[in-house]
Amino acid sequence: MTAFPADSTGRQSQRQISDRAIKWIFITPTLILLILLNIFPLFYSLYLSFTDFSAITKEAPVWVGFANFGKLLNDPQMWKYFATTGRFAFLSVGLQTLIGFGMALILREKFNGSGIVTTLILIPMMLSPVVVGLFWKLIYNPSFGIFNYLLGYSSPVGAPDWLASGSLALWAVVITDVWMWSPFVMLLCLSGLNAIPDYLYEAAAIDRASSWFQFRRITLPQVMPLLLIAVLFRTIEAFKSFDLVMGMTGGGPGDATELVAVNLYRMAFQGQWRTGQASALAYIILIVIIAISNVYIRNLNKIREG
Amino acid sequence: MSATKNNWQPRSPVNYSTRVDKVGTSARTARSIRIVLAFVLAGVMLIPVFWLGLTSFKSRSDAIAVPPKVLNFQPTLEGFVNLLTDRSVLNARRLELMKERTDLNWYEEIALSNGQQITGASQFVGRLRNSVIIAGTSTILAVILGLLAAYSFSRFKVPGESDWLFFILSTRMLPPVVVTIPIFLMYRQLGLHDTHLGLILLYTVFNLSLTVWLLKGFLDEIPREYEEAAMVDGYTRLQAFRKVVLPQAVTGIAATTVFSLIFAWNEYAFALMLTTERARTAPPTIPTILGRGGIEWSAIAAGSLGFLIPVVIVTFVLRKHLLRGVTFGAIRQ
Repeated sequence: MTAFPADSTGRQSQRQISDRAIKWIFITPTLILLILLNIFPLFYSLYLSFTDFSAITKEAPVWVGFANFGKLLNDPQMWKYFATTGRFAFLSVGLQTLIGFGMALILREKFNGSGIVTTLILIPMMLSPVVVGLFWKLIYNPSFGIFNYLLGYSSPVGAPDWLASGSLALWAVVITDVWMWSPFVMLLCLSGLNAIPDYLYEAAAIDRASSWFQFRRITLPQVMPLLLIAVLFRTIEAFKSFDLVMGMTGGGPGDATELVAVNLYRMAFQGQWRTGQASALAYIILIVIIAISNVYIRNLNKIREG
Repeated sequence: MSATKNNWQPRSPVNYSTRVDKVGTSARTARSIRIVLAFVLAGVMLIPVFWLGLTSFKSRSDAIAVPPKVLNFQPTLEGFVNLLTDRSVLNARRLELMKERTDLNWYEEIALSNGQQITGASQFVGRLRNSVIIAGTSTILAVILGLLAAYSFSRFKVPGESDWLFFILSTRMLPPVVVTIPIFLMYRQLGLHDTHLGLILLYTVFNLSLTVWLLKGFLDEIPREYEEAAMVDGYTRLQAFRKVVLPQAVTGIAATTVFSLIFAWNEYAFALMLTTERARTAPPTIPTILGRGGIEWSAIAAGSLGFLIPVVIVTFVLRKHLLRGVTFGAIRQ
């Protein structure tokens, strides 16, 4: 009788030691990679943002304090890029929300083949954004693209040249982004809609509630949390949009589609190599993204509690 | 009154599991309208992809015909041949000589019909190979490391757990350019710029965010009691992990692998900024495919189509896990 418990506790303590070892052996490679390629670079670029460093000169970075930030914030051109990005984010996320939610309402009830149809609609969001941008460039082409053709322009004369017009180019990017990401909003909404218990609608039907009433008082509030998550994801993504614009317009014509991420790329790499200033801009973008996420998360919590 | 009551017949047998608001004519019409709308929607959403597919089988002149040719063209593999090969233009005398030869392959014939001779595989072939190597290796690394880390996060108390998990996710929240500036400088110091290893390491870290979060979700769903029971039966922790947890998590691991593969396969910004020639992958290459004298749209379409097809297939395979994958496991169905 005495041998058994003693043996058992012995194994127990041995196992705990090895559990501890396993825990750290399993997790250390990941943590090392993270520190080397994620946390260190972030601090490194924070340091660079306070210097006048340029990656193509051999000169050591010189500390300039907040000069980079001051210069960026006083540059009207910069504000314009942020405004363009904001407009792009607002338009594309807004349209994605409406269209995605609408598609989810259409697809919420199962029918023969609904699984296949849903998956087909989801294909765009899995594709490579730069390739998507590129083949939409072909679609928008004023003479041999199919977009104008489908809009009813039979000849290129008088048809809009989407990517060469300063006022239309941003819309062209928005349309492509909406095509690509509405399915994402739809996917999240579908999961929200499927989670609504049937008895809510049954009770409403017995009470002879109108379908508008049902939509406003049952469907909308029940889907809201997931819809907001979708909007949060998409807004963050819109602010970091890079691939799609690079594939379609490269920021042009002029600076009509110059989003901050594209401008950041130009500042840091293409020809300019203003590494210090670009790092400062990177941090400004980072702060904007964190601020947006915070506002959303706070609202999300409010909705969840209320 | 009583006559109408007697004549009344239920349209279909009353099924008590049917929702009360889902019977009757108007509900059925609404349902049919919805089904039609759903198919129309899927059709409209796929127009761009169809157009891409059509263009890739057009000849150079058909691809830029005005008005656009929808189905009235002669399909050809010219775009694919132009994409994958380098060619030189033949002068009249050598053209005659080539035409007399009978040992030509089908792709050499296609080039010949445009007055060209194939001189070798194009740059794109090498870039595609880089894509496969880099996406494949980084995915394997990210899944293995992610699985181990996710197991630790899922089963043990790790100090600062939520901070680590947040940091793991932060690479995804930032514009890629933000991450790339310091990495570019580091890589240049270490000689990792434009190397396979450099890109593999970065993609591994980038994908760890996905694999750790997704796999932690999958592992959390496997009851601890299974391993505990196995360990009471004399398994060590490692044995229990290998023989009890892993078989249970196979679906999750497979889904995670494929998601990670797609992300690495589609990645553009890092590859654009951290490679120039040797290690450059396909996404930054496709926009630069140019033919002689202008953009060769059928070749670009062929490259894009070839690049997208694997992703489309995978989307179908993964359809049950899509929601989880695109929200980093935050939302489970």
